[in-house]
Amino acid sequence: MAILINENTRMIVQGFTGKIGTFHAQEMMDYGSNVVGGVTPGKGGQTHLGLPVFNTVKEAVDQVGAEASIVFVPPAFAADSIMEAADAGIKYCVSITDGIPTQDMMTVKNFLRRFAKEERMMLTGPNCAGTISPGRAMLGIMPGHIYMRGNVGIVGRSGTLGYEAADQMRLLGIGISTSVGIGGDPIIGSSHRDILERLEQDPETKVALMIGEIGGPQEVEAGQFAKDNMTKPLVAYIAGLTAPEGRRMGHAGAIISSAGESAAEKVAILKELGVTICPTPSLMGQTIAEVLAKM
Amino acid sequence: MNIHEYQAKEILSGYGVKIADGGLAYSVVEAVQRAREIDGDVWVVKAQIHSGARGKAGGIKVCRTHNEVEKAAEELLGKNLVTHQTGPAGKICSRLYIEAGTSIAKEMYLSFMIDRSSERVIMVGSAQGGMEIEKLAETNPEAIIKIYIEPAVGLQDFQARKMAFALNIDTAQLNHAVKTIKGCYRALRDLDANILEINPLVLTTGNEIVALDAKMTFDENALFRRHKIAELRDNTQVDSREVAAAEAGLSYVGLDGDIGCMINGAGLAMATMDMIKLAGGEPANFLDVGGGASAERTEKAFRLVLADSGVKAMLVNIFAGINRCDWIAEGVVHAVKNIDMKIPLVVRLSGTNVEEGRRIIADSGLPIITADTLADAAEKVVRARNEVVAHEA
Repeated sequence: MAILINENTRMIVQGFTGKIGTFHAQEMMDYGSNVVGGVTPGKGGQTHLGLPVFNTVKEAVDQVGAEASIVFVPPAFAADSIMEAADAGIKYCVSITDGIPTQDMMTVKNFLRRFAKEERMMLTGPNCAGTISPGRAMLGIMPGHIYMRGNVGIVGRSGTLGYEAADQMRLLGIGISTSVGIGGDPIIGSSHRDILERLEQDPETKVALMIGEIGGPQEVEAGQFAKDNMTKPLVAYIAGLTAPEGRRMGHAGAIISSAGESAAEKVAILKELGVTICPTPSLMGQTIAEVLAKM
Repeated sequence: MNIHEYQAKEILSGYGVKIADGGLAYSVVEAVQRAREIDGDVWVVKAQIHSGARGKAGGIKVCRTHNEVEKAAEELLGKNLVTHQTGPAGKICSRLYIEAGTSIAKEMYLSFMIDRSSERVIMVGSAQGGMEIEKLAETNPEAIIKIYIEPAVGLQDFQARKMAFALNIDTAQLNHAVKTIKGCYRALRDLDANILEINPLVLTTGNEIVALDAKMTFDENALFRRHKIAELRDNTQVDSREVAAAEAGLSYVGLDGDIGCMINGAGLAMATMDMIKLAGGEPANFLDVGGGASAERTEKAFRLVLADSGVKAMLVNIFAGINRCDWIAEGVVHAVKNIDMKIPLVVRLSGTNVEEGRRIIADSGLPIITADTLADAAEKVVRARNEVVAHEA
């Protein structure tokens, strides 16, 4: 099963013919993802990496049955590309682009809300590493070889910290159903909670790991969701114990701006909600192993 | 990106918000000149630093004569002001804003910000202005009113009126209040600001609504389309190491500890700093070298970390995805040789081409301490730091 993507998902790349789009499209294809084409406005009709290039996302949906897309378009134009994908009937979109203005993301989210829930495109990112269902498909920029197929679902804001978790798990022989990067920006397509909802419904996922960080309310909201609605155990790590208040730690969203947003406060609240906390980032794999052993 | 009070006021004035007469001064002579140009018999000399709570730090002085203005300017120019928002290092004052004194009948609070939970602009107001909103939220939360603004249609008149009534504004000033509130919203929306705060917004004894202070923070990601705003950047108000980092395309935040860090990815950087703390150390900085860490970038990052003379040991932690460990290893070896590094260095590499990377480090003959895991790396760098400190003592 896995969530969001599998070996059959028909994927397109927006910003296909650019340097970054080309590199990662090739990596995704090498991994086994079912990439069926790409979009670069003005280059429709050409062939790139042996696949058709379209002028619009709608053409890609109509002609090659595109279901999912990945956006490598530069920040100034990325919001437009995401909305184009939603309008064309794409079901799932990953936005890798880092540096999209916050108000543009407000517009994107507002645009998405106009669609009825069942018609609405799912968006993850921006500023994320993408999604991988190990051994099946990759819609992202992660090093696929460190992910082993298995039963743990991962949701995280950070790319490299997600790699760290996957690697720790692989060394312990623990595999992953799907790993989803939701991104480090203040306004993002999907929250931890949105992904946990999917993981809860996925028969293949036995345990969920949430890799959060300082700033914003969403880790706590996810913890509350887990308490109220999840049958599967949730394990969490929150990065940023040493982060001072009011200083942005790399990610645009990683800033402690109000009460309850520090790592210590989030950990305390999540513990109250019954979430298993990884005491250190080097024990993410180990903590998952212990939770699995008790099942 | 933060801007100064006088810059925010100039912007707001263009959006129909009333401000007191004022002028900018870089010197004592200019300060007195500005006061002479402004009518009245009370002037306020305000230190322009990127921080709130300037009053408590002695950065705002009410003067009744030009002589007092001169004295206040002499005292404030070049002074390092420490507020609870600046941290212990404080911020240097090199600009003054000289403003006509305002006769206040009533102080109010008004702010706009992008709210992450609702993904909307939220307008916050209180009839009790002047104090910090965080404190008011704790002591008297009912005194704060919040209004959410639909992004598609923007702030409506009825919402502005609702806020004006909540601020206890008389009907005689209602239209002016609505104009002020809507002007603030438009400034935030049109210019890609994240935060706009007016504390206090005052009603004068002459029944005018005036922004007595103004703070605006802008979205760094939107500066590419806000050239005039980007020009307002004042690097004297930012940690010089952060300025150097930004120029090199690195993300750096200076901290108070003595273990230097160079890591790829913001989340992994925060996690590595956590590990250092849990191992008994304190990080000297947050530094994300990003995805494509070339040899040149690696050397710049090293120089930046080592420019902090308080650094006693350094940790490099790279999880190579698109990067390759062998490239990183070459960059590290190159940087260590070029810089003539004097303090212990711990390197932990993981991910793509890790064996090749480790071999390059081992073959370099440099005294680099290597680590396999995150925990191992943190323990080794803290131990190395402790040895340096013990040796110094």
